[in-house]
Amino acid sequence: MTCEIIIGLEVHVQLRTNTKLFCGCAARFGAPPNSQTCPVCLGLPGALPVLNEQALAWGIRVGLALDCTVAPLMKFDRKHYFYPDLPKNFQISQYDRPLASNGHVDLEGEGATKRIRIRRVHLEEDAGKLLHETGQPVSFVDMNRTGVPLLEIVSEPDLRTSEDAYQYLVELKALLQYLDVSTCNMEEGSLRCDTNISLRPAGQETLGVKVEVKNLNSFRAVKQALEFEAGRQGALLSRGERILQETRLWNAHSLQTDSMRSKEEAADYRYFPEPDLVPFTIEAAAVEQIRRKLPELPAQRRLRYQQTYQLSAYDAQVLVQQRALAELFEGAVRLGAKPKPVANWIMGGFMAYLNAKRLEPESLQVQPEWVVHLIELVDGGTLSGTMAKEVFLAMLERRVDPAELVREGGLRQISDAQTLERIAHEVLEQHPKSAEDYAKGKANALMFLVGQAMKRSSGKANPQQMTEILKRKVGEKRA
Amino acid sequence: MGVVTPEIVKHVAHLARMRVEGEALTQLAAQLDEILDYVRKLQAVATDGIEPTSHVLPLTNVQRPDAPRPSLDPGTVVALAPARSGPFLSVPKVLEA
Ligand SMILES: [Zn+2]
Repeated sequence: MTCEIIIGLEVHVQLRTNTKLFCGCAARFGAPPNSQTCPVCLGLPGALPVLNEQALAWGIRVGLALDCTVAPLMKFDRKHYFYPDLPKNFQISQYDRPLASNGHVDLEGEGATKRIRIRRVHLEEDAGKLLHETGQPVSFVDMNRTGVPLLEIVSEPDLRTSEDAYQYLVELKALLQYLDVSTCNMEEGSLRCDTNISLRPAGQETLGVKVEVKNLNSFRAVKQALEFEAGRQGALLSRGERILQETRLWNAHSLQTDSMRSKEEAADYRYFPEPDLVPFTIEAAAVEQIRRKLPELPAQRRLRYQQTYQLSAYDAQVLVQQRALAELFEGAVRLGAKPKPVANWIMGGFMAYLNAKRLEPESLQVQPEWVVHLIELVDGGTLSGTMAKEVFLAMLERRVDPAELVREGGLRQISDAQTLERIAHEVLEQHPKSAEDYAKGKANALMFLVGQAMKRSSGKANPQQMTEILKRKVGEKRA
Repeated sequence: MGVVTPEIVKHVAHLARMRVEGEALTQLAAQLDEILDYVRKLQAVATDGIEPTSHVLPLTNVQRPDAPRPSLDPGTVVALAPARSGPFLSVPKVLEA
């Protein structure tokens, strides 16, 4: 039986406001435990929440960037549940009057774009943070995060593969980065994702039983978890078994999902209007003002990179999907470097380094002029290709301008004829067989000799000059 | 006639993490029914063409600027909790993700 996979995603983004959603407590990450709380966010009796105007403005900004309709009237509701990280025993969220709805994200595919509809975008407050230590009979609670503004972005079940889901998340993150409303740092929890997935026999109209998967700490985890779930559900269905409607947790160590102890009843949050917050009317003029201030978004930027800098669609896609990469690229180009070599350095050495070290590009604070200097050093003949790679690596490791590295480190290419002659002489002495082979017309032998010379000079010999010298010397010997 | 059954009372009590058992279930069911009956009187009012309201105050758009204000002293906050451990509140172990 071939099945269609139906995936929906729920993304929670922490807005990078100075203060919490409904009180003046700082919303800073990493403050000492329980140092950023007050009667409002702790839910002490008599406290009155008041909405943070910046959170509302940024919420509208995101809604517009997702091409949603911003609600002319919005209100807040209480969502009730009990958990130790929720001091009020309810979360202030939005139920039937969300901030924005009916938008979409377009995913670029080969030849065609896939439109993923956004069902709704709403504001809500974050919960506190629970810390678990193995072997301890208790858990610890830090309430600093309680009340930090979140934007929940819910997609329609329009995603069909784990790859789609991954691409959607990358695109959404890029969008949020350009909008500058969140740090989007997954490690610090400012971007979180839950997913639901169901399978249905190809051609069937009605949706299958939906399984929710939580505890996804990276986009890669989302992809892996969806692949695992599709396999698990597919196997159950093909054996004629039923899928249980449940919430499962992704286990990043065993690479599988495990059932959360199944709840004896479906979630019943008993939503009702938050009596402490009055409704909000959002004027069309105010929305227009925010729309006019929208920055260039990823789709527009990709197009511009292709048109202005003659980059391929692929290069534009890779550079634009992380704001720090795009800014490094444009910064270097604006300083006069040619677009293609800059793109090559960023997409080659830089991204390989980031992937190997599992770092975010912004964490290295590479300056555009460093890239420009590196390219100049290569173009001017000071650095060979091999040396440039070394310098580039040293630049990333030590966060120093390549021009500086070359000055201090003697990394300059050896172009001095006398030294090159000496190295060539030594290489030919050591490899007479290869010298003979080249004399007999084997081109490969020359490549080998040049390689040996580069090795002898620790990669510093000017390869073009060295090739010429070796050719000449072999010729002389023969004569 | 009763709309609220003892089963409903039990369910709602469970959701609110309240222990309600035996006689109290029937007693509360009857009382809640009376309250609902009282509120049901509103259904006699003609509400055609009136927008549902979520709030009775003649106020909208109460907001504040995104400017930090002092928080409570962490020691004071932690002391409010029934159990604590260093700078943290301490609770019975919950499911480890
Ligand atoms: Zn507070």
